[in-house]
This record gives sequence, structure tokens and C-alpha cells, in this order.
Amino acid sequence: MRTILYILQKEFIQVFRDKTMLPIIFVVPIIQLLVLSFTATFEIKNVNLAVVDHDNSVLSSKLISKFSGSAFFKLKGRAVNYKEAELSLKRSDIDQVIVIQNNFEKNLNQGQSTHVQVVTNAINGSAASLMSAYANSIIADFNREIIVEENPLVNFGLPINVQANFWYNPELDYKIFMIPGILVLLVTLIGMFLSAMNLVKEKEIGTIEQINVTPIKKYQFITGKLVPFWIIANIDLAFGLVVAYFVFGITVLGSLPLLFSIASLYLLAVLGLGLLVSTMTNTMQQSMFISWFLLVIFIMMSGLFTPVESMPNWAQIFNYLNPVAYFIKINRMIMLKGSGFADFQREVYLLIVYAISVLTLAITRYRKRV
Amino acid sequence: MWPFIKKEFFHIFRDIRSMVILFGMPVAQVLLFGFAITTDIKDVDIAILDNSKDNVTMELSNKLVSSGYFILNENLKSNDEIEEAFQKGKIKEVVIFENDFAKKLKKEGRADVQLILDASEPNTANMISAYTTGIISTYSMEYIKRNQNIPVAIITETKMLYNPELKSVYMFVPGVITIILMLVSAMMTSISITREKEVGTMEAILVSPLKPIQIILGKVAPYILLSFINLIVILLLAKFVFAMPLNGSLVLLLAESILFISMALALGILISAISKSQQQAMLLSMFALLLPTILLSGFIFPIENMPVILQLISHIMPSKWFIIILKNIMLKGVGMEYFWKETLILLVMTIFFIVMSVKKFKLRLE
Amino acid sequence: MEENNIIIVENLFKKFGNFTANNDLNFVVKSGEIFGFLGANGAGKTTAIKILSGLSKPTSGKVIVAGFDVNTQSNKLKQNIGYMSQRFSLYDDLTVKENFRFYGGIYGMSAKNIRLKTEALLKRLDMLNYKDMLLKKLPLGWKQKLAFSVAVMHDPAIVFLDEPTGGVDPITRRQFWELIYEKSSEGVTIFVTTHYMDEAEYCQRVSIMAEGKIEALDTPSNLKKQFNVNTMDEVFVKIARKVN
Repeated sequence: MRTILYILQKEFIQVFRDKTMLPIIFVVPIIQLLVLSFTATFEIKNVNLAVVDHDNSVLSSKLISKFSGSAFFKLKGRAVNYKEAELSLKRSDIDQVIVIQNNFEKNLNQGQSTHVQVVTNAINGSAASLMSAYANSIIADFNREIIVEENPLVNFGLPINVQANFWYNPELDYKIFMIPGILVLLVTLIGMFLSAMNLVKEKEIGTIEQINVTPIKKYQFITGKLVPFWIIANIDLAFGLVVAYFVFGITVLGSLPLLFSIASLYLLAVLGLGLLVSTMTNTMQQSMFISWFLLVIFIMMSGLFTPVESMPNWAQIFNYLNPVAYFIKINRMIMLKGSGFADFQREVYLLIVYAISVLTLAITRYRKRV
Repeated sequence: MWPFIKKEFFHIFRDIRSMVILFGMPVAQVLLFGFAITTDIKDVDIAILDNSKDNVTMELSNKLVSSGYFILNENLKSNDEIEEAFQKGKIKEVVIFENDFAKKLKKEGRADVQLILDASEPNTANMISAYTTGIISTYSMEYIKRNQNIPVAIITETKMLYNPELKSVYMFVPGVITIILMLVSAMMTSISITREKEVGTMEAILVSPLKPIQIILGKVAPYILLSFINLIVILLLAKFVFAMPLNGSLVLLLAESILFISMALALGILISAISKSQQQAMLLSMFALLLPTILLSGFIFPIENMPVILQLISHIMPSKWFIIILKNIMLKGVGMEYFWKETLILLVMTIFFIVMSVKKFKLRLE
Repeated sequence: MEENNIIIVENLFKKFGNFTANNDLNFVVKSGEIFGFLGANGAGKTTAIKILSGLSKPTSGKVIVAGFDVNTQSNKLKQNIGYMSQRFSLYDDLTVKENFRFYGGIYGMSAKNIRLKTEALLKRLDMLNYKDMLLKKLPLGWKQKLAFSVAVMHDPAIVFLDEPTGGVDPITRRQFWELIYEKSSEGVTIFVTTHYMDEAEYCQRVSIMAEGKIEALDTPSNLKKQFNVNTMDEVFVKIARKVN
């Protein structure tokens, strides 16, 4: 135990003496939290819209004003014909075009049906489907209004009234959703990189050889290496939670001790992974690239940016090997919904198994190559 | 000059681990993004609280489940169970039919459906709500048609341009190309040059009769080739695995890519001229290149919706302009006249970085 | 006389695939001796020293160091040896004192003992005033002397020095060897590899390796007589020629 304390002391001195390290540990995460939470949004507003009105009638202008009146759309002018509008689409000046045919008013007044075309730039598929859904609903509303006007006696209006309630995040604020995930990202980056670079650094400067001729035990050495990063990452998490509260007003609905216990468990897995990487590499460059490679995959698959539910089956199976996915899921549940241990105990048990296996592997692999 | 370039090639190709990463990473990323990273709504778990249990609610429930968007995870019995169902984290939506649904519909001509959504994930919640509402509205229309005789006046025709099947992969491939080219060109060069500086071999090369410009060219030549191979691999994957079209000119695409690669290499050299150690070069590349490339380039998140400051910052991200160019060529199939501005911006950036790095490099040598 | 031999090597083989780095080594080192371990680059010296210090395992053969078998008791062995490698082994970003404290700590020395030893060793080097300096600010020769002091801090029975004076000026080398003699006079066995043949003259006995084998082993004066030359340099060149 005393031996471990000496290693801890040394590691802490080295971390805090390195001037580039302190900003990386404490400033970069905060910037990431702020920048990421503002950039990472799929929210759609201010869709640039062009209208091609071949009818130029009272009714068609009324329909157009429905669009320009909506907060969702921004009317970017009118085009004489569809060709012209398509050019604007190609130039990315606009995202969507509404084409109204020339017999629009006449047909409607005669009780005949008429066509309205909605053309959407669909390169971003999910945004396109929302844009098109919004446009459709505005047209449907308009449709209902004119029918009621024409036939005041008929009780038109869709007979089934749908009312949607958004729980846990009633204003559909994307930041609220992203922040628990970004916090996970922060502790993961710090934990993974610090641990992956550390052991390799000793290899590169040659001190590892000196350590290896001492009677120090593997577990003592690895514990001494892990604990400082484990503490630093936990402090980072606390720091991030404070920023989340003061800047974004986000509080943890669930239990804070539970959150930190699971973060600590999760960090064991991440640090173990970092150590494993550094036992397998000889230079910091290699270690850096392998860590990046793993992290990019883990983060992209974790559900941080896109829902895990939309992924194909094999991807969801792969996520059993992805510690980031577990913690993002748990952290969102604790922070946003106030879920308790019973709600995610399966994930916790899997994380325990994960942490134990990765650490065991790292400890056995360490030293074999010397 | 030639032996020097050969030495650089040997350095890179002899290291199997680096090779695996250099070629494995792009392939893995394209496959992952293409197959796994989608924002499509599919098989979402929902719960239904049917307080009426009549033929209309049954029919509606069936419509929802058979749509392909939803999977019925649980039938709830009372309002008290809703909270618990959400806490377990599996379901995203609860659909509640009110009492005597069919009866009210017939007598009063209206009945209420309430949707409760787990909006901790707002985008998904929004889409789920839109899809559910859509299905119910369609049913409503049918119901009207069956019972009243009113024509549906406006028929909306929807047309999706450039990506009719709304595939996420169309959106991501240009981004992946950009990020890989950036990673291989800028990050690898900066680290490899700094490494020579750290190990001291740079001095040996500097005292040789090679001119600085030759040294730089020799250093970057292998990476130009590597980036180019990666580009081709990604394009082939995009075409044959994801059936992504290349609507515009391939020559133009390759030419623009070379421009972007040059820009990234110049940036890499600049970084290596500024940083003192490998670690510094890595961190600089990571925080100054990779994260902004992912976040502020429109790769995943649309720039238009970001705060104004970030939108302004995004203008100085070379990747943003390159992604626009790629989307224009690959998906819209348009020519140079539509993106000469973006190309010009990239060109100016490239020249700027080359001038800067040559300046800094000379400074270091003196 | 068995217990007087602190290192016993019998039939030591070390193979890496088809390459035999150590080919049937047999020798003993007596307690308290300064033993020079010479050989050209690639002769297999570093491989042998790594086996002796428990860093790597022999392919076959018996190796006993300080009474412990390197195959089975490498942890006990490590408590009783000191090691200083050709690569610099202290931490640049720690101060002199912190380096001593760290290495003393992982050898299980008590805090008081560490403090006393650090004082004594620094006093000997005339470096007490520099104990709070970062190591990277010190000249190379100083660092080498500090590395040696750290290697003997826990009072090992034997110290392995792998080219300890590489890249150091002649005066510092001289001072370094004075340190070695002092330790030797306290009864510590010194096992040293070097490329400087004048340093080989300082050793009590010398072995010369070539292509994985020990080609000669005796006192420097006997070796010179045996090869009928005047300097160790010539002995070395003759052995190297013979093998090639």
C-alpha cells in the first residue's frame, strides 16, 4: 500500500507540473461542453423557402402567407417558374420550394381538387422529412379552413384530435438532451487519452526499464497509474455538472452519489482500455491513433448523436462492447428522468464485467513485451 | 530528392500498425456511418394505454404497429403506469385513447388521442410525434371519407430532391471523406515532421544539400498518395456498398480533392513548424482540426441552426467549404459555376497556409 | 567457496526465434568484485544483463544472482539489485529529491530512511543545494551520477551498470569511477558494461563477448599477457578479429 502511495505522489506531481496538461484537463473540457452543446443540434428552424405561384390569386396568396407567418419557414422570395427555383435549390440558397398550379383558386371554388407541389432538398434526409412534414401540415390546415368556409354547416375538422405532450424536456430543448452525453464524452476523452499516453511515455523515455528492475508488483504499478486519472476525470465530471447548472440551468434529477458511483465504475473500464492500448504500443503516436480510432467508433455508435434505436441489429449487438453507450444511456436516465439503480441494473452489471475484464487483460499484457 | 521520398515511404509502410489505422480507419468509418449512423425512425418502442378498447382504437393501434415505425412494447392499464414505463428507458412514446372513444367519435364527431413523448431526445421525440400524428390523421381522413361526403381539396405532392430515399449515408459520406483527408494529411504530416525534430534526424536532413522546399515536398509526398488512395477507397465503398450516386464530374471531384489535400498538408506543415513536441502537435491537430472538422463543418449538424458566433467561426473552417463542394458534385451533379466561390475560398486558404508555413519553417531554421 | 560467488551462470542460452543472442554462457562473479562485461555492439551483452537483472527470462540454463534463481525468484532478486541502464532512467520532470523519494518508495524504504539516504548521497556528490532542481535543468554528467546514486540507494548487494558513462566527458567519467570504487569498497558487487577500454582496466576481472559467446575471461593484466599485447584495446580488437 505504501508503495502505491509513492507512485501516486509521483504521478500527481508530474501531471500538475506539466503546463500544457492543466489547461487540457480543466479548460478544454469546459470549452467542449459549451461549444458542443450549442453546435450539436438537429433542431430545424428558419427553413429557406421559395414559392412558385402560377395562380397569383387571393387564395394562393393566402396559402403563401400561412407559410411566411410560420416561425418554421423563412420566405426567401418568389420564383417565376420551377426551373428558376431549382437553380436556387442547386445553389443552396433555399431548402424547399412550394409550387402552386395556375387553376388553384378556380378548382377550389368549384369544389374540385387541385395539386400543390412540395419539393425539398433531401441531402440531409432527416431534416428533409421534418421540413416536408411541416409543409404538409400547413397545407392540410389551410385545406381544412377553406372547406369549413365553403361548407359552414359541415362539422369538418379532423374528428380525432391528437394532442402531444413532451415529457422530461417540454420545450424540446436540444441542449438538455445533449449535455448528459457530452459530459460522458468529456470524462471519456480525458480518461482514455491520459491513460493511453502515460505508460507509453515511460516506454519512450526509458524509465519503464528502471521500474521493471524494481520489486514493484504489477497491480501496484497499475493502480498507482490509474488512480490519479480516475480522480481527475471525476473532478472533471463535477466541474462539468457545475457548468451545466450555472450556464444551462440543468440539474441532476436523480441521485448524485449514484451518478458518481457509476461514473467511477465506468472510468475503471475506460482507463483500463487506455492502459491496454498503451501496453500494445511502443510510441505515443501509435497509442494516440489507436485511441482515436477506438474512440471515434465508440462515440459514434454510442447514441450520443444519433439514436441507438435507429441502428441495425448488429450495431446494437456491437454496443455490448461499447462502454460509452452504457454510460450515456445511464447518465441520461439519471440526469433527465431521475431513474434509479433498478431501472438500469443490467447495464451496471455489464459495466462491472467489462471493467474487470479490461483491467485483467491490461495487467496481464503489461510487461510481457519487455 | 528521390531517395528521400523513398525513405519516407519506407517509414510509413513498414509500420504495420500505422498502416492498419491509415487504411482500416476510413473503411471502418464509412461502413459505420453508412450502416449504423442513421437518424431514421424505425422500430421505435411504444406503449399504448387504451381506455376504450373498441373497434376504432383497435384499428388505430393496428395501423400504428403495422406502419413499420413502431413496435408495441407494452399495453398499459392506467395512467399510473406511464411514469414507470418511461423510467425503464425502453419506450419512447405512450399513446392514450380516451374513454368511449368510438362512441364519442360517432356521437360528437370528435375524440381525443393523447401522445406522451419521452422528449429527453427532442429530435426523435419530434419525429415520432409527427409520424404518429400523420398516421392518425390519415386514418381520420379515411374515417371522414367513409362517413361524410366531402372531397379532399388540396392534394399535396411531395418530392425529395437529390436523395429521394432520404438515406443518411448521402449526408455522411462527404463528411467522412473530409475528415479522413484532414486526418491523414494534416495530422499525420504534422506529427511525422515534429517527430523528426524531436528525435534529431531533422538536423541531419537539414545539413544535407537539399533545399527546404525539397525537404517539405519529400515529407508530404507519401501522404498525398495515402490521402488519394483513401479517397478512392471511400468513393468505391460509397458507390458499391451504399449505391451512392456520383452525379457530377469525377475529374472535377478529384481536382477539388487535390486542392483540399494540399490545403491540409500545408496546414500540417504549419502546425509542425509551430509545435515543439509530438504531443503538442497531436493536441493541436486534435483540438484545432478534428473537433472543428466534425462539429463546425456541417458534417453532422446543420450550421444554419447554430448561434451566430459559431456560424461566423464556421466560415474559417476549410472543411465546411469542401463539404459543400462535395455535396454539390456528388449529389446535385452541378458544375463549377455553382461553387466557384467555395473553390476560391479554399484556394486562398491553401496559398495562405503555404506562405505561412514556409515563413515559419525558414524562421525555425535560422 | 560457493557462497562467495554472487552471480552464477551455467549453460545460459537466450534465443529470439532463429537468432541465438546468448550461446552457452558460463561464468561466476565473486562477491565485492568489479566485473567488466565487454563486447562489441550486438555481441549479446545487453541481453545477458537483462537476464541477470530479472528483466527477461533465459531460454534455458541456470542463473543465480545474489542467491536467487532468476527463473523462479525474480521478485526477491529485484529487491537485492540495483540497475542503471544506458538510457537515462530518472524522471526529467521531477526534482532531484522527488526522484530519490520515488525510487526509495517503491523499494519499500521508510520515509526516514529515504530522507537520510538522500541527504548522504547528495552530500557525497556535493549537490545538496540542487535537491529541489528539476532534473532536466542539470547537465548530463550530473544526471548520470545521480542515476547511480539512486541505483544504490536501497543498499543492493549488486549493481548492474549498462554503459553508465556513455556520452560523458573524461573528468566526469573519472568521478563516476571514483563512486564505483567507493561502493565496491563497501562490499557492493559491481557488474558493468562499457565501450571504453581504459575503463576496462579499472575492473578487477573482465569478460569479453563476441557473437553471443564469452571469448575471454580474466584479470586485465592476465588478458594482456595471454594475447601478448600492451593495452586492453588490442586485446579487444584481437578477439573481435579472431571471431570474424
